[in-house]
Amino acid sequence: MSANYEDRDFGFEREYDRTMPRGPRRMQRRKICRFCIEKVDLIDFKDVKLLQSYVPERGKILPRRISGVCATHQRMLAEAIKRARNIALLPYAAD
Amino acid sequence: MAEKRTYEVVFIVDPDTADDEVMRLSEGVQKIITTQGGSITKTEMMGKRQLAYEINHKKDGTYVLLEVEGSGAEIAEVERRMRVNDQILRYMTVRVDEMRRRAEKLKDRRARKAAKQPSNGKAKPVEAEPDSDEEESAA
Repeated sequence: MSANYEDRDFGFEREYDRTMPRGPRRMQRRKICRFCIEKVDLIDFKDVKLLQSYVPERGKILPRRISGVCATHQRMLAEAIKRARNIALLPYAAD
Repeated sequence: MAEKRTYEVVFIVDPDTADDEVMRLSEGVQKIITTQGGSITKTEMMGKRQLAYEINHKKDGTYVLLEVEGSGAEIAEVERRMRVNDQILRYMTVRVDEMRRRAEKLKDRRARKAAKQPSNGKAKPVEAEPDSDEEESAA
């Protein structure tokens, strides 16, 4: 289930590789929160284009361990996505 | 309930209703709000768009957005009317003033942080860490 997320390309930077031997020095590249960089304070539920990049085909909310969004922004994002679902801007579940 | 609140009201009108009918509906809603003591700060016709899922066997709908300022009583009234209106497929009200206040606070905090940053740049080694890691792995 969760494996599918890692197979697909969501357009996020993924420089980690699970198959690589992880030595003590080998550090995973820290994913950075895109909203923090762009200094977003408010995520609007009407911004469908933005929200869509955080809901893969299945319609589920992309976990932040994949997208690298920080906790604060993930919370805002989740709220916005749920609101958008309520007024049919985003699907609850796509087949 | 003297405090003023800001709400965003979004509703979806049946796609088969004519444009002027939609306008009339929206005006009707606005009238209810003003008679109840609220005020409209913004109206936006978001136009017809496809629904992400079917509502009442309809595949698309006309979205209308209103921004309302008031006590909350007018929202209750509007929602009651919308519930019984068959032309309105779906409605949602979001209270935005608190959200905006929180955003404002975040902004302030960031501004303060940014103002502080240059003076104690050395005191925060955390900032430099990701870069040095990259260099080590490259070498």
